[in-house]
Amino acid sequence: MMTREEFRQIAANGAWKQNTSLIQILGLCPLLAVTTNLVNGVMLSLATIIVMAIAGLAVASLRNLIPHEIRIPVFILIVAALVTTIDLLFNANLHELYLVLGIFIPLIVTNCIVLARVEAFANKNPPLQSMFDGIFMGVGMLWTLALLGGLRELIGNGTLFSGIDMVFPGLHALQLLPKDYPGLLLAVLPPGAFILLGCLIAWKNWIEARAASRESRRIPDSVIAAGH
Amino acid sequence: MNFTTPPYLIQDVSVQRIMLQVLAALLPGIAVYVWLLGPIVLLQIAIATIACVLAEAGMLKLLNKPLALFLGDGSAIVTAWLIALAFPPLSPWWLIVVGALFAIVVAKHLYGGLGQNPFNPAMIAFAVCIVSFPALMSQWPPVDLPGGFAEHLALVMGTAPRLDAMSGATPLDALKTALKLAEGTQAVPNILADARTFGHFAGRGWEWVGVAYLLGGLWLWQRRIISWHAPFAFLAGIGVLSGALWVVNPAGFASPIFHLFSGGAMLGAFFIVTDPVSGCTTPRGKLIFGFGAGALAYVIRVFGGYPDGVAFAVLLLNICVPLIDLYTQPPIFGMKNK
Repeated sequence: MMTREEFRQIAANGAWKQNTSLIQILGLCPLLAVTTNLVNGVMLSLATIIVMAIAGLAVASLRNLIPHEIRIPVFILIVAALVTTIDLLFNANLHELYLVLGIFIPLIVTNCIVLARVEAFANKNPPLQSMFDGIFMGVGMLWTLALLGGLRELIGNGTLFSGIDMVFPGLHALQLLPKDYPGLLLAVLPPGAFILLGCLIAWKNWIEARAASRESRRIPDSVIAAGH
Repeated sequence: MNFTTPPYLIQDVSVQRIMLQVLAALLPGIAVYVWLLGPIVLLQIAIATIACVLAEAGMLKLLNKPLALFLGDGSAIVTAWLIALAFPPLSPWWLIVVGALFAIVVAKHLYGGLGQNPFNPAMIAFAVCIVSFPALMSQWPPVDLPGGFAEHLALVMGTAPRLDAMSGATPLDALKTALKLAEGTQAVPNILADARTFGHFAGRGWEWVGVAYLLGGLWLWQRRIISWHAPFAFLAGIGVLSGALWVVNPAGFASPIFHLFSGGAMLGAFFIVTDPVSGCTTPRGKLIFGFGAGALAYVIRVFGGYPDGVAFAVLLLNICVPLIDLYTQPPIFGMKNK
């Protein structure tokens, strides 16, 4: 089993410290192509989370049976089987969204985050930890893609949650900016994704730098305890 | 001890002095522009200048750089004037502000500020806006523009609906559309004979703006602010390509003179490709850079979907600048070329 501390560390690593999009800068292909709006980004991330969680669990359970020399093809086979399942599920239940996301659902197989976590974590750790690692790496991707998709959609079209009716038929997109907002098309086009991703990375680095400088200015506990 | 190196004739070449002379060289072009379209042009220049200077001040403050030093060099004002002259004169005020903000904040300061930007800020502004707002960026008024300053002001401020009468096409666009509509039944000389759109040798009225930019540019060259290489090669790039196609098929392609005095060719030749930061630094590099940009601008404007190709051509060649500079380094003094 896993301790609370272990769990906390895995969660923090996945969601913030080793954030797939902002720190590892992995999986840029779906990141750039799919985040034209918030719903697409979130749904693709959810699909990726499911794949990563089960792949982590499966690979960690089988890690002692997989010959070291051919581990990569075996990992890919496991991941591909999972992605095919997800692909068929999307096709059956969320058909409209499936048409929008298109090739990017099957492409989760080639997403380097999935293989990277399976190889770097699940291959060396017990099943439960590996599953949580997959989930939280996915959560890190989820909030980044949601933020990027939301920003691009808002700047580009002035709306949020457009296409939500493809997931929940009763809901509608929010028109946040005035109707006659002309829309900065650039934000929806690929250069907008690169520029905004750059801004998000800068924002994260700024937060880290601020935290680091605050840390270095604080008086260490040992000094206080010693009475100085 | 005080050492100086010969030659002892020292010229003051501060950034501020250069920028002021570039601004002065733009004045003849602006004067013809105002004479053609009225004082609305000056208003657009003022809007662009205010937006650029405010954006510059904001970024300098954010980056803890000395405000007075960098604002005083006038580089933001040059960018602003180029944006105002490159954008359609009746574009709404916010379009110019969006362009100006992108030019100063993203293209200039996020890349490191004055002297560091790999792309020409004014051309980034143009590219961003034509990609984002293609309709607004292609509405060029005819030179016998109806309405007075008040009507123009209402259009720019967005308080009046945009009428079709106020928005025409550039001569380049008009030629392209006419050719497409005629589907090969009409020859270019026949289309160009329509003097209401096309004047003596290029677009009616616009040709004189081109001539004025040319004069301003020649003055800059005479003042040694710019060297002849980049503008000459840029105009040669347009001239050679358009000349070759014109000689082969005069019915299907306009003459080099038409292309040289249309669209952003003259402004681009003397004020954009001569940018000392985003352009090449070696003389041979400047020739390659200018020629490439000119040829590409011609290809985009004649075969592409956009009304003019100068901005995209310059930006594409900006990416090649480090490579061109690397391979065109002149030999060190006293050494033989490899």
